Amino acid sequence: MDNTYSKTADALMDTDKSVILEAKHIYKTFPGTVANDDVSLELRKGEVLALLGENGAGKSTLMNVIYGLYTQDKGEIFLNGEPYAIDNPHDAINAGIGMVHQHFMLVPVFSVLENMMLGAETTKGPFLNKKAAEAKLRDLSESFGLEIDPHAIIEELPVGLQQRVEILKALYRDVEILILDEPTAVLTPQETEELFKIMRRLTERGVSIVFITHKLKEVLAVADRIIIMRRGKVVGTTTPAETDEHGLASMMVGREVILEVEKAPAQVGKVVLEIEHLNIHDNNQMHSVRDISLSVRAGEVLGIAGVQGNGQSEFVEAITGLRRYNSGEIRIDGKRMPQEKPRTLVEHGMAHIPEDRQKHGLVLQYPLTSNFVLCTYYREPFSRHGILNENEILRNAEELMERFDVRAPSPVTVAGDLSGGNQQKVIVGRELSREVSLVIANQPTRGLDVGSIEYIHKTLIEMRDAGVGVLLVSSELDEIMSISDRIAVIYRGEILAVLDAAEASREEIGLLMAGHISE
Amino acid sequence: MEEQTPSQNNWLKKVWFSVRIPFLAIILALLVGAIILLVSGANPLEAYWQLFKGAFGSWRNIQRVLEKSTPLIFAGLAVALGFKAGLFNIGAQGQLLLGALMAGYVGFAVKGLPAYIHIPLALLAGLLTGAVFAAIPGLLRAYSGAHEVISTIMLNYVAINLSDYFSEGPWKDTTPGNIVSRLPAIQPSAEIPNIGPVPVGFIVAVLTSLLIWFVINRTTFGFEINSVGLNPHASKYAGMRTKLLIVAAMVVSGALAGVGGAVETMGVVGRFQPGFNTGLGFDGITVALLARNNPIAVILSSLFLGAMKGGANTMQFYANVPNQIIDIIQGTMLLFVTAEMVVRWVFKLRKQRDTEITVTSGWGQR
Repeated sequence: MDNTYSKTADALMDTDKSVILEAKHIYKTFPGTVANDDVSLELRKGEVLALLGENGAGKSTLMNVIYGLYTQDKGEIFLNGEPYAIDNPHDAINAGIGMVHQHFMLVPVFSVLENMMLGAETTKGPFLNKKAAEAKLRDLSESFGLEIDPHAIIEELPVGLQQRVEILKALYRDVEILILDEPTAVLTPQETEELFKIMRRLTERGVSIVFITHKLKEVLAVADRIIIMRRGKVVGTTTPAETDEHGLASMMVGREVILEVEKAPAQVGKVVLEIEHLNIHDNNQMHSVRDISLSVRAGEVLGIAGVQGNGQSEFVEAITGLRRYNSGEIRIDGKRMPQEKPRTLVEHGMAHIPEDRQKHGLVLQYPLTSNFVLCTYYREPFSRHGILNENEILRNAEELMERFDVRAPSPVTVAGDLSGGNQQKVIVGRELSREVSLVIANQPTRGLDVGSIEYIHKTLIEMRDAGVGVLLVSSELDEIMSISDRIAVIYRGEILAVLDAAEASREEIGLLMAGHISE
Repeated sequence: MEEQTPSQNNWLKKVWFSVRIPFLAIILALLVGAIILLVSGANPLEAYWQLFKGAFGSWRNIQRVLEKSTPLIFAGLAVALGFKAGLFNIGAQGQLLLGALMAGYVGFAVKGLPAYIHIPLALLAGLLTGAVFAAIPGLLRAYSGAHEVISTIMLNYVAINLSDYFSEGPWKDTTPGNIVSRLPAIQPSAEIPNIGPVPVGFIVAVLTSLLIWFVINRTTFGFEINSVGLNPHASKYAGMRTKLLIVAAMVVSGALAGVGGAVETMGVVGRFQPGFNTGLGFDGITVALLARNNPIAVILSSLFLGAMKGGANTMQFYANVPNQIIDIIQGTMLLFVTAEMVVRWVFKLRKQRDTEITVTSGWGQR
């Protein structure tokens, strides 16, 4: 592990640091689920406490209780030893607790300074006192080493800097406790390292940080202490010195986990998907996809790496028939495909695992039976002369639930009642059970539990080994690196390079993801 | 089979879950009506008893209820089908009005046909008129994004003015002595007959409800309509032609409304006369909401509304209560059905499925 993040021996020994925030026996239930079941934690002054757990483990719920977005059903919270009872985030900020959400809460057209002042305006009579605010901001960014131009407009800043603005915003409000909710999801590897440095600097100056994440490597790199949550409960407390990735993973999941995907060398066949000079302009005539040419061959996984929001969504929507493109050509098995005709693509053997499973992938109010035939209901045996064959549709659902390990009470359970992992298995089952020659998978494991992730990775590899071409788009670099045979890096709508996965390094891809082209 | 009892229980529970809100809304509305009756000095029990007698007291009364229910079923189906596709067809009123007008025209102007040709022909005229008139907002919605609520409200005025024009102008009833703007009475061959106390139109309406139920639940077209209504993005993803489906749903909805107007003309009024069908299309909204868009339940909610309309005059006469109280009850019912929250709160019901709260707020605000 990089030296930058290794803690000094003193920090590790110093377990007597004063407790600044203490939550005792927190219960929080939502109808049908217990989100927090007797959860207790201590946050010490100047430490990075990692809160590790899968989606739905109750991490965010706990933090939202502390931040005043939810009220606990039972349990107490103490701040500096005093009982702490608040019911909105404003009180939390006044009490010195700030939170940086996964989705930033910034006004995109405002400057850094204006965002800073919003809600905490310094005034001079009826007017804003921008000078005083700017002085305070410069002071802060200097003392914490968070360089930023106060007059830069938010929407023109890269995501990493926007996050820095969020952190500064909290500091501007004099917080002593900073909660970071999955802060690295939107960052390149290099930006992540930068963030970790900032976190170190903050703790050196006495700020305490709660770092919510599900990424094992990051926890080991930056945390002083680690609390692991599973299904609403705290299942363990440890330190990076006492454990490793495997130890954390099995605590997080509750069983032994295989982190590496096993796969044989690719047996590459003919080209199934060809994309030539694809261009998409968005509403402002800006290019969201610029001149992309790629091809996917049978029996290989082409991974597209990139930080979220670099044109991946538009690109995938265009090649799957959901969005018009301005120029270019898409061919499947050598045949030119029409624009915006998803059914034609299905008929030519394309399967699409969409990025947003609840928006595009499923009709949540429909039972599984209907969701399993969403793209094939019009064909025999599911219908004949326009009349649905209920028996066939039910039989199909039963078969696919069995085959793709969908855990649901019955085939007529409504899709919206399933967990994210099972919803994704429904989509995967539906898409991969047809005759397919090409699979487009966009963020197929986002928000899923480790078990489902393993399953979906294994299934994609099986498809590849069966001679199907797979196009995988993901912003999780680990996922891209473990599954792909070739890796294309997308940055601002352009493919900067296509690398052989066996030879590519994390650092190289990380730099490309940030737009640096090596000579 | 030891599981039979719980599964049977589940089934009953399911039925109760789906009918409880409308059912309780009706009870609440009747209570509100009773309070208003009480305040205005009438005896609510007496009034409701007369209302009931007026609706079901004799074969003649029952026939009147069935006659009143018939156009309501069609209007209710029209609105319900729109809702299924995610469209709020407020224009059912206008489509129904023009359907009534065209049926009235074919009813009087085409002469010398036997009833078994003349009746279907006039119904068809109503159907096509409604369909064509509804295609306009459908096309606007699908291809230009103009919201159907706005365009159908405006087209309702177009329909009113068109029907006024034809009733006063080219198709006016020119019988000596007539000063009212209306069309001539339809030919006897276009009048929808009764079998005993049951109007044939009512039978057609019930059969249509069954047909619509089948189309919605058992055909690929119905599957597409439902999908577009529930999740247009997923429907596009699944390769459905969502724009075309929106137009198709509007056209079928308009066709149903048009037939509703035609049966009103041919089965109840006997001619087209502006003002006679006021509000039928809007009643269709109440019917559909009360039936929760289930075509079979549309029959029941139409009968209920039809009974109130049918019994209103008797109530007014014998209990000395203005029949506007019916409108008040109907309005309150609609309010309670749409404001489900209120009904839940009054009866302390929990939602069948609660979803976890999602947090979207950030710094210092909720």
